[in-house]
Amino acid sequence: MQIYLPIADLPVNVFVILAMGLAVGFISGMFGIGGGFLMTPLLIFLGITPAVAVASVTSHIAASSMSGASSYWRRRAIDLALAFMLLAGGIVGTAFGVWLFTFLRTIGQLDITIGVSYVVLLGIVGALMVAESVRAIIRARQGKPIELRRPGSHTWIHGLPFKLRFKRSRIYVSAIPVWGIGFLIGFIGAVMGIGGGFLLVPLLIYVLRVPTSTVIGTSMVLTLVTMASATVMHAVTNHLVDALLALILMVGGVIGAQFGARAGQKMSGERLRLLLGLLVLAVGIRFALNLILPPETLYSIRLLDTNL
Amino acid sequence: MRRPSPIVMLATLGSLAASSVPAAGERLVASLSNHRVMVTSNFVGDELVLFGGIEQDSASRPRRGGYDIVVTVAGPRQSVVTFRKARVLGIWVNADSREFENAPAYLAVLSNRPLDAITNAEMLRRLQLGLDNIALPQRASVNIADSASDDPFRVAFIKIKTDHGLYRESSNGVTFLAPALFRASIPLPAEVPVGTYEVDVRLFADGAQIARTPAPFEVYKSGFEQVVTNAARDHGLLYGLATSMMAIITGWFASVVFRRD
Repeated sequence: MQIYLPIADLPVNVFVILAMGLAVGFISGMFGIGGGFLMTPLLIFLGITPAVAVASVTSHIAASSMSGASSYWRRRAIDLALAFMLLAGGIVGTAFGVWLFTFLRTIGQLDITIGVSYVVLLGIVGALMVAESVRAIIRARQGKPIELRRPGSHTWIHGLPFKLRFKRSRIYVSAIPVWGIGFLIGFIGAVMGIGGGFLLVPLLIYVLRVPTSTVIGTSMVLTLVTMASATVMHAVTNHLVDALLALILMVGGVIGAQFGARAGQKMSGERLRLLLGLLVLAVGIRFALNLILPPETLYSIRLLDTNL
Repeated sequence: MRRPSPIVMLATLGSLAASSVPAAGERLVASLSNHRVMVTSNFVGDELVLFGGIEQDSASRPRRGGYDIVVTVAGPRQSVVTFRKARVLGIWVNADSREFENAPAYLAVLSNRPLDAITNAEMLRRLQLGLDNIALPQRASVNIADSASDDPFRVAFIKIKTDHGLYRESSNGVTFLAPALFRASIPLPAEVPVGTYEVDVRLFADGAQIARTPAPFEVYKSGFEQVVTNAARDHGLLYGLATSMMAIITGWFASVVFRRD
């Protein structure tokens, strides 16, 4: 069934969009990520302009995160205090990221920056996650005790001042790395047009040692707030949010996220991290190939911003 | 068609006076099947039909080669950047670009036989007929100049537009139903942008243009599509807040519906 998208200005098959929403929603529910780094390239592949794709995906991620977050909220698996502290840094990071985004666009180097950032970021994060989870799985196979929490293994991060106690997560850390991580996620999210959940979850686990029980729910609250505000910002500045496209994506996304969350709970943490690591690595390699392989056509066209 | 209504005659006479075509004797009358193309939520493209007649009077001389018709349909103007990739430090980046200013978003050149058989190359160039001859001013840094027809950026731009069905040149797009009666079908793919489309109908005989008439039409959005577009443009903040609320409610609703605990 074809339907004409009012802002994207082209007809799409409703079931294709719905299926994409379901698939990405499943993945996002399973790993507690927004899935923007998967959805945006998929929409662009369908022929939707990158600007409309990025702007509309933000509201889809907000809906998926809301769906996931309310499930985790009922299970008391959200550390609100930690989420608010992360947000404080995140807002500053987003503002700085939007500034850099505009600057790169004016000097015409935005596309290549996004491409290289995707390769570097997804490559490193994916490889680290795969290596770590494989080690953990091997350790578990050999019957060695799994080191869940190591109270004695303090790093330099734990020596920083302004210490705060986050009761729900049962951690006692300095506010500086929390703000820093929030800033980084906000900044990267604004420049690369992604929610940043796939970065936030490992950072919370490895740097702040947030337990797996609260990490996904907390990450979802952060994604929800940043993406909902990003939707409003995109609507105000560019007028490029396609509400109809967003609605179809959302409906698929929230249903997929519910099943994804259930599938995720049945799996062990290591296995989950291995899968997510492989996925992130695959997307990174895909972007790398795009940059390295000779393109099919050397030419491409882009419509300049018109006064719609 | 042989006896057009007085209104059509008046309109035709008016346009003839405006375009100051020499008194060759032939008059051109053209009408579209639809002057307003509505884009609705199930819009998958459309096809407009243009009917036209050639009215002869006592001054008309017999034409040895018969008549030829060239219809040029040009959509709303857009500025488009064409990028060319090159390898820099092992990766492919957009290294060079040209900006085409006020290029038609849609362009169809329809004729009853190949353009070069209708008139000579010089005339085609002067009248800007055909994809090779249409004016596509391009901006290189500060200067704006028309692009040469073999300019690689121009060739690539036209090829990409043609691949999307937005540019076309068809030497069998116009059919003569009778010696002085013709029809042309104008295919509009689903991606056509909204706006005013200029249709320029030119009559040729023996290699010379002898009459010309416009027949514009409009592509516009209707109902729901229009409401959404207007809201997004005129009330960005409210539209954004509403979309965010929609996302939050959709997400919350799903978690309630699928609740198991």
